Amino acid sequence: MAVITYRQALHDTLREEMLSDENVFLIGEEIGVFEGSYKITAGLLEEFGEKRVRDTPIAEEGFVGAAVGAAMLGLRPVVELMTINFSLLALDQIVNHAAKIYGMFGGQSSAPMVLRTPGGGGQQLGATHSQNIELYYAFVPGLKVVAPSTPADARALLKASLADNDPVLFLENLALYNTKGEVPEDAPPAEIGKAGVTRVGSDITIIGYSRMATVATQVADQLSEEGVSAEVIDLRSLRPLDRETLVESVRKTGCAVIAEDDWLTYGVGAEIAASISDGAFDYLDAPVRRVAAAEVPLPYAKPLERAALPSAESLNTAVRQTLEAVGHRR
Amino acid sequence: MSPEHWTRPSRPDERDRIADTAVPAATSATPTREQVIAGLRATSEGGADLVQLLTPEGQRVSHPDFDIDITDEQLRGMYRDMVLVRRADREGNALQRQGQLGIWVPLLGQEAAQIGAGRALRPQDMAFPSYREHGVAWCRGIDPTELLGIFRGTDHGSWDPNETGMGLYTIVIGNQCVNATGYAMGQKFEGKVGNSGDDAAANEATMVFFGDGATSQGDVHEGMVWASVYDAPVVFFCQNNQWAISEPTERQSRVPLYERAKGYGFPGIRVDGNDVLASLAVSRWAMNEARQGNGPLLIEAFTYRMDAHTTSDDATRYRMGDELEAWKLKDPIERLRVHLLREGIADQDFLDGVETEADELAARFRQFCVDMPDPPPERIFSAAYAEESPVVAAQREDYLDYLSGFADSGHDTEGSVR
Ligand SMILES: Cc1ncc(C[n+]2csc(CCOP(=O)(O)OP(=O)(O)O)c2C)c(N)n1
Ligand SMILES: [Mg+2]
Repeated sequence: MAVITYRQALHDTLREEMLSDENVFLIGEEIGVFEGSYKITAGLLEEFGEKRVRDTPIAEEGFVGAAVGAAMLGLRPVVELMTINFSLLALDQIVNHAAKIYGMFGGQSSAPMVLRTPGGGGQQLGATHSQNIELYYAFVPGLKVVAPSTPADARALLKASLADNDPVLFLENLALYNTKGEVPEDAPPAEIGKAGVTRVGSDITIIGYSRMATVATQVADQLSEEGVSAEVIDLRSLRPLDRETLVESVRKTGCAVIAEDDWLTYGVGAEIAASISDGAFDYLDAPVRRVAAAEVPLPYAKPLERAALPSAESLNTAVRQTLEAVGHRR
Repeated sequence: MSPEHWTRPSRPDERDRIADTAVPAATSATPTREQVIAGLRATSEGGADLVQLLTPEGQRVSHPDFDIDITDEQLRGMYRDMVLVRRADREGNALQRQGQLGIWVPLLGQEAAQIGAGRALRPQDMAFPSYREHGVAWCRGIDPTELLGIFRGTDHGSWDPNETGMGLYTIVIGNQCVNATGYAMGQKFEGKVGNSGDDAAANEATMVFFGDGATSQGDVHEGMVWASVYDAPVVFFCQNNQWAISEPTERQSRVPLYERAKGYGFPGIRVDGNDVLASLAVSRWAMNEARQGNGPLLIEAFTYRMDAHTTSDDATRYRMGDELEAWKLKDPIERLRVHLLREGIADQDFLDGVETEADELAARFRQFCVDMPDPPPERIFSAAYAEESPVVAAQREDYLDYLSGFADSGHDTEGSVR
């Protein structure tokens, strides 16, 4: 089992999939000669040639739409959108086309494609380049949205996304690219729509995805030193959402805190909280709390940006408040 | 067929389709011979339609359609503009290297295109920039220190678009083109276009700046379509600096960019973007046409990005050093300097004076940068809505309250907003 970065896991998996399936090709801005803004496609143009690693004009709507067309023919495009922010320029192709082809063509044609794109703030890239807007896609029937938080999940979910016959938005995160973890080489593809229990505990459930899933495990580890047994759930998939795993956990612990990098109002956490209320209302000993980003366009200045994003500290505080509310004694 | 079978499995011949035709593959390590030659050729000459008034050797030449009426003082002024803007630009690069700026977007090599265009604008005109337009900002009276906030990361731009006649920097590629078209439509609706007699001096137009790469964006296309059907008084000023990060212009277009205007039904002109006289002459003409109601127009300034895309980029990874060497011979400042000296329009004293002024500007620029304070935490909330929003107001109150708990510890904005 190798210990590699999230970036390397993505790169290696892409390469593997390209080697094993000739229908897989990559398309996007700056992914060939430049090897991608975040170097996920390093060396792939050299190895596979221009036919399978396509540098495109700067036209997001154009290359996402082209990928939809290629997918309809049976190819397996992997689109790289430089950041999720630029997916907004391709919104029509993703929401009105990729997500609808299967249904509106009477099931005669589908659009099996993977839209890889990093979200996340904290890199001082300004309000238009730092958003967490995966919710826009998680809202849309016809799309699947996955969000790996570890190198192993990145690999397993990328394999699953490529094998899937529907369009999958594959959410990466700028803050995770350099994080390291063990990646078993022979692990099977993940099951899309299945959350992971990354820490088993009995006092409280902490739920997160992408970067905040890793922050949640850090906080759980801190708390365990103080005798608090926190269970951590990494959603891994936003659509479909694994409500069963969430509900089961909260039925056991009786309380929950949700950690998300997106905005609070109408955010992913709102859906989670509603699901918990539906499935575990009678088991709840305290209101479900959410820790999210300040509801403002993300500030540019470093200290302000840091303050506007959720952190281990703010999650820790929310967990303590919830534990206090349920009368947990350490 | 059951739904499970709706997805047609790919046939073997389909799989072959992707691996059959042979395209000479470029790799990150080795561009093909064809690519090297195409690159050098494409970027070294602007072709027969290039409007030029000053050769790279500083020789004044005439052009059948464009001439320029310019005083010696204005010529010296444009030299000064270019030198000062370049110095601020180099200082920006250095400040980034020293950790004082998060990023800097160099303008090196594009001074003539921008100063020529910028000096063709009247106070009442409007300019919409992308992110490299430090020379245009200079012409709009925006002090270079005002650019620092964006690159240091303390704000998203501090100048007032209404007061300066210059929009804020726009990083999402191409979208300012639609905004500019809308603004120009507004100028027309308000009767600020096409007036004659005494009112002619008050006519207005809009100029929008974007790059060669941006021309692939739907927003640029839509901006041009709209502008043409509404006869909007807008001049599309495309700086073709030959590169969009690592992608050469050939990745964006098969035809020279100025020729695209024909398809929209308005004039397109390719100007030598390293010739400040030509850039000024063509921009003045185009803006006047637009002000008189004969817009829109497209100017392609054929120039070269002499530095990396930004300080985060390393251009040697994707382009040939020879290309830069060839373009150095066409340096926009050098050719004007030679012209001024040769024609006796300026003497060494003048050049030295500008140099001293550049040193002073650089020192002031640096000092300003280093002294910039972090913005107050309250700014997180004040930059969300023009009107007070109850959600934001509640967050602000909570957060400032939380922060006040640290008043004694010297702890400022370390915690996060909850
Ligand atoms: C919609 C969108 N897609 C991609 C990017 C990333 N990006 C930033 S600059 C750039 C290249 C732009 O090239 P060009 O228009 O030629 O302008 P130049 O930088 O050369 O001045 C790209 C692709 C972006 N900012 N916005
Ligand atoms: Mg360019």
